[in-house]
Amino acid sequence: MTTPALEIEHLTKTYRNGVRALRGVDLRVEEGEFFALLGPNGAGKSTTIGIICSLVRKSGGRVAVFGHDIDHEMEAAKSCIGLVPQEFNFNQFEPVEEIVINQAGYYGISRRRARPRAEACLRQLGLWDRRRVMARELSGGQKRRLMIARALVHEPRMLILDEPTAGVDIEVRRSMWAFLRETNARGTTIILTTHYLEEAEALCRRVAIIDHGRTIENSAMRDLLMQLHMETFILNTREALAEVPAVEGYTLRRVDEHTLEADVERDRSVNGLFEQLSRQGVHVLSMRNKSNRLEELFLRRVGRAGA
Amino acid sequence: MTPSQQGAAFLTLLIKECLRFLRIWVQTVLPAAVTMSLYFLIFGGLIGSQLADIHGLRYMDYIVPGVILMAVINNSYANVVSSFFSAKFQRHVEEMLVSPMPDWLIVAGYTAGGMARGLVVGVAVTAVAAWFTDLRVHSWPVVIAVGLLTTMLFALGGFINALFARSFDDISIIPTFVLTPLTYLGGVFYSIDMLPGFWQQASRLNPVLYMVSAFRYGMHGVADVPLAVSFALIAGFVVVLFAAAVWLLRRGVGVRG
Repeated sequence: MTTPALEIEHLTKTYRNGVRALRGVDLRVEEGEFFALLGPNGAGKSTTIGIICSLVRKSGGRVAVFGHDIDHEMEAAKSCIGLVPQEFNFNQFEPVEEIVINQAGYYGISRRRARPRAEACLRQLGLWDRRRVMARELSGGQKRRLMIARALVHEPRMLILDEPTAGVDIEVRRSMWAFLRETNARGTTIILTTHYLEEAEALCRRVAIIDHGRTIENSAMRDLLMQLHMETFILNTREALAEVPAVEGYTLRRVDEHTLEADVERDRSVNGLFEQLSRQGVHVLSMRNKSNRLEELFLRRVGRAGA
Repeated sequence: MTPSQQGAAFLTLLIKECLRFLRIWVQTVLPAAVTMSLYFLIFGGLIGSQLADIHGLRYMDYIVPGVILMAVINNSYANVVSSFFSAKFQRHVEEMLVSPMPDWLIVAGYTAGGMARGLVVGVAVTAVAAWFTDLRVHSWPVVIAVGLLTTMLFALGGFINALFARSFDDISIIPTFVLTPLTYLGGVFYSIDMLPGFWQQASRLNPVLYMVSAFRYGMHGVADVPLAVSFALIAGFVVVLFAAAVWLLRRGVGVRG
């Protein structure tokens, strides 16, 4: 059995004010995985990440990064991690390039070796032309990319991203997705927390859900999505519909004269639906999911745990 | 981290801190030079010319070492307290906390940055002092050793202050209500021999007295307290404050949840 990139056993955290942020989180992330860590606000995701990176002191449990227990080999564990936190946490009054070079220095990389590395990271993330400006002058999306460049400059084996695309526009988000996929393909293990569940579904092969300080799900994304018994699709029709067409084996609802909502059970093909509609002279021009599939599952699982 | 990696990390912190205060030298270096030139002009030149010699020295010559050291103390303290608190406030202290740098290295890096500013300001004020009097140095080793130890001591003090500080008010309380009185009452402008018996003894509880006395010995060869006592005390304080700063950082005081 290979050493996992991250192994967490019964992690607990009680803050000084008595708040029990973690009540027993268990996680196992294999090397090379693209892993989603999901949960509602206040579930304990950021506390878990804080403990892994030593920003928060744990109350109990065990955390090991590539086999390095953080209680005994903290320095070795930290060397393996690159962190992109949720909030901007760089010196706003420092030039962009200096921020990245300094971060390399904190990992013991001399300035002579850090410069080309910083250049490579900044070029990859499209910030090289902005290297001399003060960080505060960057746009929101550029600041997010700066934090990714900073986290990668020491070439970590594991990259942890806490809400990396929060507040960035769709174009920047998509380019960041592509960059993260490339990074993962080069062998870097990635752990991602996000509120955009479509992001988790698009990028991650495994997923864990934390709620009320406990792990309530930890499985492959595909297995999790298989738990959905039914999906709802929105169909746009060419013909105006006065009433809901009768189709066997599917439940249809009329939204307006050109729009239908169709519930399709997981083991049924949508082809059957199209065939029956076509026989009745109804042609479907386009189709889309009513809601994100992971979102649906997430709400179900969190709702159940919270009940 | 290997020793060479620790060396690279230390240099990174030192360079970062030096660039920080040099980038804003008008706020960090110039004010001390201007303020101290006023001290030399008013206390040393105008008032001092009316006063008798102290330990055989003109009043202006007598106060020069203390005034230089006062600037060094204030600036080494101010550099670390403001820089580290700012790192906490903007949360970029996390850049260091997530890295494999050991706690002692973070303390050492910031202390070195504070020492650098203290020494740069010390050189600037010394240059100003040279306009007002003929500077003499009795013992370069003593001047350098006292300068280094004093900057180290107050840089460490600034670091501990920044760890506990929760607001910008908290980083000005100690300099205003502790550091300034201790400095002014530390024999910068007078010899403790001029004080009544009780106040002479009370002054000996003031650590700044030992630094000013030793620095004055380095420049003029006269001191209020024996040199060995001064060095032992300053070095003792440095060791205690360094150990306290590392222990507090390891405990996560003010920086870790």
